[in-house]
Amino acid sequence: MAKLPKLSKIKDFIQKKGSKADSENIESTNPLATVFLKELADQLSSTRFFILFSLITLTGIVSFYSAASNIRGATEDVISNFVLIRLFTTSGSSLPSFTWFVSILGPLVGLSMGFDAINGEQNSGTMTRLLAQPIYRDDVINGKFLARLFVLVLMTLALGFFVAGMGIIMTGVPPTGEEVIRLLLYLGLSIVYMAFWLALAMLLSLVFRQTATSALCGISLWLFFSIFVPILADMIADAIFPVTKNADALTQLYNVRVSQGVSRLSPSTLYSEASVTLLSPNVRTLGPVLLEQVYGAISGFLPLDQSLLLIWPHITGLVAGTLIIFGITYTLFLRQEIRA
Amino acid sequence: MHDEIIIETRELTKVYGSITAVDHLNLTIKKGEIFGLLGPNGAGKTTTILMLMGLSEPTSGSIRVAGLDPVRQALSVKRIVGYMPDNMGFYGDLTGRENLFYTARLNGISPGRAKKKIEELLVRVGLKEASDRRVREYSKGMRQRLGIADVLLKDPEIIFLDEPTLGLDPEGTKELLDIILQLGKKEGKTILISSHLLHQVQAICDRVGIFVKGKLVAVGSISDLAKEIGSEQVIELKTRDMSVFPTEEIKAIPGVSSVEIHEDMAIIKGEEQDLAPKIVKALVAKDIDIYHLRARSSDLDDIYSRYFHEGEGKENGQTAKAK
Repeated sequence: MAKLPKLSKIKDFIQKKGSKADSENIESTNPLATVFLKELADQLSSTRFFILFSLITLTGIVSFYSAASNIRGATEDVISNFVLIRLFTTSGSSLPSFTWFVSILGPLVGLSMGFDAINGEQNSGTMTRLLAQPIYRDDVINGKFLARLFVLVLMTLALGFFVAGMGIIMTGVPPTGEEVIRLLLYLGLSIVYMAFWLALAMLLSLVFRQTATSALCGISLWLFFSIFVPILADMIADAIFPVTKNADALTQLYNVRVSQGVSRLSPSTLYSEASVTLLSPNVRTLGPVLLEQVYGAISGFLPLDQSLLLIWPHITGLVAGTLIIFGITYTLFLRQEIRA
Repeated sequence: MHDEIIIETRELTKVYGSITAVDHLNLTIKKGEIFGLLGPNGAGKTTTILMLMGLSEPTSGSIRVAGLDPVRQALSVKRIVGYMPDNMGFYGDLTGRENLFYTARLNGISPGRAKKKIEELLVRVGLKEASDRRVREYSKGMRQRLGIADVLLKDPEIIFLDEPTLGLDPEGTKELLDIILQLGKKEGKTILISSHLLHQVQAICDRVGIFVKGKLVAVGSISDLAKEIGSEQVIELKTRDMSVFPTEEIKAIPGVSSVEIHEDMAIIKGEEQDLAPKIVKALVAKDIDIYHLRARSSDLDDIYSRYFHEGEGKENGQTAKAK
């Protein structure tokens, strides 16, 4: 496949940059940086990355564009604040919202980057050669993960800022400081979410010998968490607290709670809830609300710190999940034995 | 020459589950020698090399590589040892030069020096013209030569080559062996070659070790091994008409212990070293034309198959006893 000239330029640039930095301290180089730069160049020049980035950018922009066309009608009524960030969550006439696309395609990006990170090298025989060099194994696994994470950060920020810029031009509404912070937090959250899938994909690539197996397993997990867990959650809830026609309020409440609790085991649910809360300040709660709780409440926006407080468990959960999975991968990789 | 021992293993054992890949191996390799580790597939050659490199941990036993313990000082060992695995892999998307550059950087060689060195090595292994092509387009022989360049980048004292000639055509094999021989003889590097292709390795090894089922069944130079195997000579002989072969006369020659006539060949076994000339003389005296004659004793193939079968026999005997 023809390599894109622009990308190979980036690759050259990165390599040159790397060599400049190192020529200062001759003979003592940092293997982590070497692995990092090599992996980064690989990622950026790979066709796979190009296709996925194009896909997510195109769908993102199109959904954002249709949301921007629709928001004129929506803003006239009550809420004229937070126009910019609401563009991310508003769905257009025929297309789902930007955040929906990111929540669906984000895992795919993470998976595609990581599914062959380790077994791909093992199969091509480069892993043995790599490990026969005088470097610590930590540097290999860390370099691989960090390079991919860096690409995720680069990609998410580029896409987020591009779309936000487009939004400002299209609506003509300048963003407030809080909007910018909320947007940044949302982008950060998206990065963590994709990093979770990246770490999971790398773990799978360590566990399975074949790249096809790890890719398929990753995709099944993705489908399981984003589609089946919510369905499963409802089924479990209905089994424990069946909601019949004359069910009392408490049963209904428990039913919702169980369903929500189970579906929150899925990182997809955590991410969607957290991103909606961040980008729609009018979301005041994520659980069921009783009428008496609403009674007397003044409808309005949640301040940023309150929004954050609402989704703090979500963020912690996602970060912890990512770290735990990467930790397992790291340990297994360090202990993995090279066999004849 | 050199008598300094550079690699030494004591009772080295590696067990994978129920399989003993390497079984109480005692191996010593002297500095500057080319040592051939010979054995059939699955004999534990690669496992041994992996343990010597510190890539795999021994179940028991000890290893010294240039005075270092690969288990505890893996990084120091990897600094002085170059390893070419049997399925040497390169990044297909990168050029030969880029692949080498990556290795050089991992070895902490500064970019400037790396470029110079890579240039030298590419010329040396004859890959100068192909150096800017992607490795994906390389032939097997080119990959192996790139592998040698890759190993030499770190300027190793010791080189492990795992099945270096596997899958190469005769021409490629010869080129590769020439490079290896030069490294060993001219630059005094210690080289350990593992192979099951005896004829190729026979030519360049100072000493060989025959490895069967995780055990070293024989060590020594080719001629030593030939002596060790005993003075029995096996001679293959073909004459124009085998039906009139003078079996009794040949048997009467002192030293001949048996004569077997196969379809078109006579197999003569005997004790004395200069049996062949005697037989030839006897046949010529009888005016019999000799079409083919081969003395098989000093051939590595025989040594190898002999030890191989011996090793297997022992193994079978042991399991039989165990039962």
